[in-house]
Parts: sequence; C-alpha cells; structure tokens
Amino acid sequence: MATMLSNIMKNLGRKAATRLYPFEKRELPTTTRGHLDIEIDKCIFCGACQKRCPTNAINVTRDPKTWAVNHYACIVCGYCVEVCPKDCLLLRNEHLPQP
Amino acid sequence: MLTNVTEIPVTQLHGEVWALKQQGYRLVTLTCCDLGDAHDILYHFDKDYTLKHLRLRLPRGESLPSITDLFFAAVLVENEIQDLFGVTVAGMVVDYKGRFLLSEGAPVAPLNKPIGIGIDIRAKAPVAEGGKAS
Amino acid sequence: MIRRNTIPFGPQHPVLPEPIQLRLVMEDEKIIEALPAIGYIHRGLEKIAEKKDFIQDVYLAERICGICSFMHSQNYCQGIESLMNLTVPDRGRYLRTIWAEIHRVHSHLLALGLLADSFGFENLFMQLWRTREIILDIMEQTAGGRVMLGTCCIGGVRKDISSAQATVVLRQLDQVQKECDEILPALLNDYSVKQRTVGVGVLPRDKAHELGAVGPVARASGIGMDYREQGYAAYPDLGFKKVVETAGDCYARTLVRVKEIAESIRMARLALEKAPQGPIAVPFKGNPTGEVLARIEQPRGELNFYIKGNGTRNLERFRVRTPTFANLPPLLHMLTGCQLADVPVIALSIDPCISCTER
Ligand code: SF4
Ligand code: SF4
Repeated sequence: MATMLSNIMKNLGRKAATRLYPFEKRELPTTTRGHLDIEIDKCIFCGACQKRCPTNAINVTRDPKTWAVNHYACIVCGYCVEVCPKDCLLLRNEHLPQP
Repeated sequence: MLTNVTEIPVTQLHGEVWALKQQGYRLVTLTCCDLGDAHDILYHFDKDYTLKHLRLRLPRGESLPSITDLFFAAVLVENEIQDLFGVTVAGMVVDYKGRFLLSEGAPVAPLNKPIGIGIDIRAKAPVAEGGKAS
Repeated sequence: MIRRNTIPFGPQHPVLPEPIQLRLVMEDEKIIEALPAIGYIHRGLEKIAEKKDFIQDVYLAERICGICSFMHSQNYCQGIESLMNLTVPDRGRYLRTIWAEIHRVHSHLLALGLLADSFGFENLFMQLWRTREIILDIMEQTAGGRVMLGTCCIGGVRKDISSAQATVVLRQLDQVQKECDEILPALLNDYSVKQRTVGVGVLPRDKAHELGAVGPVARASGIGMDYREQGYAAYPDLGFKKVVETAGDCYARTLVRVKEIAESIRMARLALEKAPQGPIAVPFKGNPTGEVLARIEQPRGELNFYIKGNGTRNLERFRVRTPTFANLPPLLHMLTGCQLADVPVIALSIDPCISCTER
C-alpha cells in the first residue's frame, strides 16, 4: 500500500474531480455533436439526406413539404450534413433534454 | 486483395491444415459466405504477418469436418458458422448444437442469402414464447 | 471425497462489465473445466452490413465496439481503400494515427481500471478512470464525440485538427502523462496487486500460439506480434516499438498495457507535431469489387475484417473477427486449474469485449 500512499496524500490536497452535476454543468466544446438541427427555410426537400442516412432517421416528403428527424434513431454522425446540397443541416453542440 | 489462396476439396482439409500447423501457422479465423447452392468457406492462417488461405466449396446439405482436433482455436468460429449458416460441422470438440449465438425462436441460418430479394431487416422475426430475447 | 460442482459465472456479475457466462466445473475451489456461453447480445451486425450501402457501413463498423470504435472504422476504411486502390493523403494517415493512439490510451486505461476493480482496488480504479476522462475530453474537442468519433471515412478522415487544437491536445497529453506517471507505478509495484497477479493465469508461449492468442495476451506470453510493425497509417514514420513480455501471467499482461500507454502517448505527440499539411481525404468514385482480409492492431489485439464486394453499393459479405473472439480459447486454458477467487482477475486480464465478439 505504501506506493499508493503518496497518491492518496496528493489527492487530499487536490480539488474534487467530479462536479455537483445538476447545479454545475460542464461547458461543452463547440465541436460536440449534440443534435441535428435544420434551417428549414433553406431546405429544398430534395431527399438526399433521407437517402444517405445510415439509420433511416430522416423522413422527407415533397408534397406536402415536410422534413422530420427521429431523434431517437439519429446517431448524430453528420453524414446528412455533408451531403445536403443547400447546407441547411447543422449539428448543434448541446444535447437535447430528456423529454 | 486476397492472395495466396489454395482451393482444396473437403477430403484434403485435414491434411492441409495439419501441414500448415506443422509449419507453425496460426489460425486466424474462418469465413463462410453463401453462394446460393453452396457455401464458400475460407480458412485464414497467419505466420509472421503472411497470410495463407484455404478455400473450400461445400455444397448445400453436406457437413463440414471440424478442425478443432488440430486447432482448438476454431471451436468458437465453427459453432458460429453452424449457427448463422445452418452448416452442420461434424466432430467439434465442443458442440453448442446451434445455440451458440442464437437462442430458441431466433431466425434459422440468418446469414444465408434468401432466395429472391431478401428479407427486410426491419421486418420483425417471429419470437417463440419462452425464448431468450432475440 | 471431492464432489464436482458447476458454477455459472456471469452473465451478470459485479466485476464483469460484459454479458458472458463462464460455466465453471469445480472440484472444491479448483477449476477443472471452463466453458463460455455467449449469445446474450448478438445484434446481427454482419447482416445489417449487407443491407446498407458501403459508405453507411463505415458508421456501422464504428459501432461494433463501444470502446475501440475508431479502429473498427479505420480497419473497414483501409479494407475498402485496398479494394478500390485509394491512397490516403499523408495528413489523413497522420490524423488517423493520432486518433487511433489516443483511443488506445483510453482503452488501456479503462482495462487497467477494471482490472484494479476486479481485485477490489477501488481507489486505483477511480484514479485511472479520472485520467481517462482527460482523453475523452480530447476526443470530444477534436472529433465531436467522446467515444464515437465518426471521423474516419473512406479515403481519409472527415475532420481536421487545427494547430490551435493541436496545442491544447499536446498540453492535455502532458497532463495524462503526468497522471499516469503518478498512478501506474502504484499499480505495478503495489504488494497486494502483485499478490493477486504474479503467477496467476499463466499462458505459456506455445499454448498462446496454438490457441491463437492475439494482442497484449500474446505479447505477454513472448509472442512479438503487433500488426503496427507492418506499417499501416503513419506508424512507419513514428518509430514504433512493440512491447513484449515473457512471463505470460496476469502481471505481464498488465505490464504490457502499461508500457503501451507510454508508447501510444509518445506516438500521438510525435504525430501531432510531425503531421504534414495538405488534404485530409481523397475523393473516390465507384463501388468496391473483390475480397480482402483487412487487419489492424487494436488495443485488444489484431482485428480482422473480411470484406467481399461485388461491384454494387452493397457488400456481399462483411465478416468481423474481433480480438476477444480469438482470446477466448486462451482464456479457457488459463482458467483451467486456477482458483475460483482468481477468475475475475484472469477474465479481466484479457480485457474482454463481448459486445464486439458477438457483433
Ligand atoms: S438534403 Fe438538405 S435540402 Fe435536401 S431535403 Fe435534406 S435538408 Fe433539405
Ligand atoms: S446525423 Fe447521421 S444518423 Fe442523424 S439524421 Fe443525419 S445522417 Fe442520419
């Protein structure tokens, strides 16, 4: 145990490694893939994103013009963001709250 | 690309595998593919990062002789092939009898190519009552 | 008179994070025979791969394993690239190496932490996982996901690491190195750790070879087999040195992992500093044809993907042989003849990952 002792001593002087979670939240980096969002005004309803999505999470219809994503199926891979011809899809860094 | 492939008939399998074992090869794994009327079975061996493959064409309905007496390492993968492709492997040291990966009520030989277009993966497989969740 | 008993170990057991059942035939406290029973989380991933197109399969391959995810997608991409004769640009190769090595550090820290937990050294377990948290932060900053990086794509990588990010990552790697230097000696030199691991679960060299052991299990038994030597990605430029031990017991396997952490951090740092500028991916057209056995060195050992394309967007066959699949027969050999109390330590010393074994 002796080799561990110095570690334990150091830990006593260190600040806690954990956070008081619900009160103190972690600041997310801007790069985090949190959830998929759309700027619906720019969308032309071409359906490219629906065709490429690996999990079939997106549903696009032309008539009437609708675009919907099933957030439970989406794995936030960002492939649809890459293929969208209008660049109207984007990944936001915050995670969606539990419903 | 797969190079160094030797095609062998089923009867020579044991002899070839034994020869490779004597030369100090290590069994990497087995791969099975469904060709429709037959199964294509590949044995991958490795020695000092050089791969060597044995290829076997097993007509449907025939059973595959096990190599677990030579390489115990093959025991899991042979059971897996038996489960997923419905190929009977004869003479395995440990035989799970088709219940290695799959449970009761699971689809039979799911990795075989279905005739025609094929089942949609989203279509539900029937689950027998009392079976392990599949 | 000694009676034989069969004890089921798992699939749910406090120290086993993964659903595998070991049926142990016991004589008193001694194990006569061990048999694994898996099939609790078979997901049919190989079948799904045939239904999706080969670009979507990159994301599928990444989800085979929840710990070493990046290397699965890397191996898949390398396999497809060799079928389509693509050459990854230099910067792409370097970035892949950086993420792969950072992933290896995180996986080894996780494995060592679980090993410490298996013999009840909770304190060490927490400290190792605290260090691992820094690695997860690095991955989140550079790739956007804490474990599922999703950065590998056919022909290269999807994201670049900017020089500003690289500076931050280098600083964080320093921190990881510093914490590892504090904690890992405690793991290696501690009296109680040695009591539980030295001479336990010995796998001799010839048995390891015969049973097809791979990765740290094989290297701890004196088999110098590390596919990184063969120089895929940027390893040839980084002066990779493999770690080989000869004792073949649980302690040797731990030692191999500890030394590999240092080597991985060194290579990740070097790759970050040396990465040349340039494009990160090459565009490609067409569909893969032919068959290939793609190989890569993963934290747990050598990973094999058999990929068979038939010129359409869908693959004909995608077969996964994960390292734990190869390490299970050696595990059965190690368990035979040992004491019941040593089972958790031995089982976790091969760092089992059953979810990827069953796919
Ligand atoms: S690809 Fe872009 S433009 Fe086309 S439907 Fe999807 S979101 Fe709309
Ligand atoms: S992020 Fe990926 S999984 Fe989610 S909708 Fe887009 S393509 Fe589909």
